[in-house]
Amino acid sequence: MSPLDRIANVTTLKQHDVDKLYKVEHKPIVSTSDQLCFLIRPRIKTVKWICDVVNADKAFGRFRRYKIIFSPQKFYACENLLEEQGIFGDVTTDEWSFYLLPLDDDIISLELPEFFRDYFLEGDQRWVRTAGSALHLLHSVYGPFSKVYGIGRCSKMAYESWREQVEEGEQRARQAEIGNVFLIDRDVDLVTPLCSQVVYEGLVDDIFRIKCGCVEFCPDVTSSDKSIKVMLNSQDKVFNEIRNEHFSQVFGFLSQKARNLQTAYDKRSGMNIKQMKTFVSEELKGLKQEHRLLSLHIGASESMMKKKTKQDFQELLKTEHSLLEGFEIRECISYIEEHINRQVSMVESMRLLCLLSLTENGLLPKDYRSLKAQFLQSYGIEHLLTFSNLKQLGLLVEQQPGETLTVMESRVGKLVNDKTAGQIQAGPNTVTVFNTGWVPMPLLYLIQSDEEYDLRVPRDMAYIFSGAYIPLSCKLIEQVLERDGWTGLEEVTRMLNGHEFAVTGSNGSDARVKTDSQRIILVMFLGGCTFSEISALRFLGREKGIKFIVVTTAITNSARLLESMLDNHA
Amino acid sequence: MSTWPAAGYVASEVWKHTCSHWTVKVQKCSVNINMFFSISNVFKLKESKRAVNSIRSLVEEEDEEDDVEKVSWSGEPVGSISWSVKETESSIRSTGEVRDQSFPKIHTAPSLPKNSSGYSLSSLFKEHSEKLLTSLIVYLLDCRWSVHDDVILLWQDYVSDWTPEETVKRMQQGKVYSLEKFRSLQDKLLLLDEAVNAHDGNVITAVLIYLKKSLSKEILFRELITREIALRHYIHYLKEIGEQKLLLMQYRDHLNVRDENKRRDFLKNCLSFPFSPDDATHVQDHYTLLERQIIIEANDKQVESSGQADIFKKYPRKASILNMPIITTLYYSCFYHYGESDGTFSSPANIRKTFRISDKQFLLTCLGARAKLKAWFDVDALFTTKNWLGYTKKRSPIGFHRIVDILQKNNAPVQVLQDYVNLVEDVEQKISLAQKYKCHDVIINTYRDLKDRQQLIVYRGKVEKGSSEYRKIEEILSNSVRRSFP
Repeated sequence: MSPLDRIANVTTLKQHDVDKLYKVEHKPIVSTSDQLCFLIRPRIKTVKWICDVVNADKAFGRFRRYKIIFSPQKFYACENLLEEQGIFGDVTTDEWSFYLLPLDDDIISLELPEFFRDYFLEGDQRWVRTAGSALHLLHSVYGPFSKVYGIGRCSKMAYESWREQVEEGEQRARQAEIGNVFLIDRDVDLVTPLCSQVVYEGLVDDIFRIKCGCVEFCPDVTSSDKSIKVMLNSQDKVFNEIRNEHFSQVFGFLSQKARNLQTAYDKRSGMNIKQMKTFVSEELKGLKQEHRLLSLHIGASESMMKKKTKQDFQELLKTEHSLLEGFEIRECISYIEEHINRQVSMVESMRLLCLLSLTENGLLPKDYRSLKAQFLQSYGIEHLLTFSNLKQLGLLVEQQPGETLTVMESRVGKLVNDKTAGQIQAGPNTVTVFNTGWVPMPLLYLIQSDEEYDLRVPRDMAYIFSGAYIPLSCKLIEQVLERDGWTGLEEVTRMLNGHEFAVTGSNGSDARVKTDSQRIILVMFLGGCTFSEISALRFLGREKGIKFIVVTTAITNSARLLESMLDNHA
Repeated sequence: MSTWPAAGYVASEVWKHTCSHWTVKVQKCSVNINMFFSISNVFKLKESKRAVNSIRSLVEEEDEEDDVEKVSWSGEPVGSISWSVKETESSIRSTGEVRDQSFPKIHTAPSLPKNSSGYSLSSLFKEHSEKLLTSLIVYLLDCRWSVHDDVILLWQDYVSDWTPEETVKRMQQGKVYSLEKFRSLQDKLLLLDEAVNAHDGNVITAVLIYLKKSLSKEILFRELITREIALRHYIHYLKEIGEQKLLLMQYRDHLNVRDENKRRDFLKNCLSFPFSPDDATHVQDHYTLLERQIIIEANDKQVESSGQADIFKKYPRKASILNMPIITTLYYSCFYHYGESDGTFSSPANIRKTFRISDKQFLLTCLGARAKLKAWFDVDALFTTKNWLGYTKKRSPIGFHRIVDILQKNNAPVQVLQDYVNLVEDVEQKISLAQKYKCHDVIINTYRDLKDRQQLIVYRGKVEKGSSEYRKIEEILSNSVRRSFP
């Protein structure tokens, strides 16, 4: 499903005289229509394709009218290309300032997956103003906000851009509906999106890929001969109850649900005619609907279970957790090596390599060289480009000579350290911060004091990773909100490359009173966020009596993030 | 969409069309030069500022109107979302209302020291009048009134005095702007720095495109070296329009070459590039690999079609080997060219040597290929080593439990599997593997060797009564009884 489908589907468009819909591709357009309208993201490549279409028509002596609608805005570079290709003026252009697509009650997406690559890899700030505009839009509809917290360079710039837009325009005085805002750059925490997701919604996204809040379940899920598209959001009663659950809990829940359903159906047996009539008219439809959804999610769970067993998921998770904890690194490396040798999923291998590099502050030069060589042998030498991208972004790097010693020292330090060594005294709540050997990132890493973690009754956000690790991004948000700022987190922010800020709006001070709006917090991820993080925030929200609304440039996961780093297609 | 909002032209487009495109007519022009000067005079009074503001707001409103004039994709909001956001709301600004919100500024990116000495906006007077003039003319243009030549000339005179800051701001807002007036290097760089300070990639790139057109490559690069953010935008832009010829990007171009022979030649050409030593080796490998693949492909295609070799008849090739990774090529060679002498390009040994494939990797790939063919004898030979006394022993660079996994995934029969399960050193692991793959003999023998009577009895309960395994357990149990009680 594409964002357009969610706003105006084919039927709607046809009602408005759209003859036919095409995907913009690099090939001639076969159509008798004398008007073509292109709705595109402002990408040079796409504009080039359109130029080819127009110039081909010109050469052919064919007259058509063309319109390009750029969403959410046009870029000068695109217009410049139109000019260079000699079709400026032949083509009219427009902008559709479409910024926000609500995916669910608490998720708003900008649907800009390219944000991550453009900003973090290429260093191109073209979307910064877009992010600022999105904030500005939210602010004008739900603001004024009382406080803005943020971390990361891009967050800072987006904030600035938003502030300027607020200053340029005039604001209507209105009742605030959202209290605080938290902005966070994706590169503040790259570990979390690279972890395997084990919460139901995240797992569904990892395996089946949710597009625009919609998933296509393949025939082995639907146990029929065709696949079906299903909207996954809070409207789906069954899904709504399991989406945030750890996968191991889902089966129990579903079977309980099935039993309840059976009981509800069974009620019929003792009914008289009148009762039966009310049952049919009032309950039956709902039950049938629930029945359908239930069997769908059971099918999905089974299929995911099968896929994960085949992939030796347990062992994979074990390696991942070892990496996060910084234990048995040699074993992890040989596991990754074998993964590469056996030519199992390229993206998975890359993911593990990146996790290794992130958690170990880079690979030893010897390991880097050998793993890279083996990777290229297994998956193709053109991945030289991928490696160069990963290096550029800092996802997969070599340890610099000289750093080795400090890593070793800290490794030793870690062994010597007991848990108390990493504690930060934080007012009423003592947070345990533990240096796990992610040397530049001593993480807000809540130690699980005992091995047992009851996933049925999760006690903190770590449940989204089986109790092994609290997502840093969410932990930061929790801490900052609790402290009402960054005080006491200086050490942490320093390790995260700083760029943190907290600003109070002019009406922030008098909003001390906890109104309802103060309980709603907007969290904006610049560069994408995962479903696991959203689940963690929902958990945090329930604990603290807050409602989080997540705004993200796109929903991401490890595969999407890494695939955006690939350059190996022509 | 039967009607096209053809009037969707924003002011900026009008400007881009340069003077020659404008039809200059006088008839409809309701504001003429005289009136224009009269306003200019008014300026001299204290009301000037107000006049500017009022006209500017007029201008602004006109601008906005153009902005709002958009194709509206009126569709139903998504069912599940109760509060949908209207996307055009952002551009609707009501003037004159009280601003109730202001957040403070925070310091972002390293701001460059502004050297505005090159700017000679002589006086306040001029600044104001300039604003007034330009606003007026922009207003006239925006209304699509025809304007007198002189007005245009005047405008051009004045438009040049937009400061870099104002220009950048106007660009961000999609208003009329002009870059042609930034001619001295200093002015160009000031403009660029201002764009960088605004953190708007769109504007940064727009300025860079202008600099690319108006500066020589050498000068531009010299200046960009010290401006990292601008440089990265520039590189990305060149990459997108396909002009960037940095090292790896040139290598990347091989992906655009479809014909394998041409691609090989292209890669050969890449060999002379100054890659880092490590990368140079990989590129060399890439060339060698494709060169060999072309030879192997031509040969095998011919052999396959002539029907000379059984292996191709039994297992027809599913795809060509061209452009496959090294390991896939090795697998292919272990599959179709096993046992060929080291001298041939297609032999596993040759590939192993040429591409410095590790023992572990070689074993895994070879094992996969031979197991797929159910060539258990070859599998066996892979692990067998002879010591100097001539005894044979099975060795493996990877744990035998992994070998068992791989064999099992290739549907190896129990008879083959149990040989390898037996080689697993860790007893617990051995038993769990044996149980997983139902290698009864291994389990029974292990318990027997451990003299674990209890486990044997338990296991007897698990196997089918009367089966050979059952009888074997019975036998051992009774034997051991006899031995324990002589």
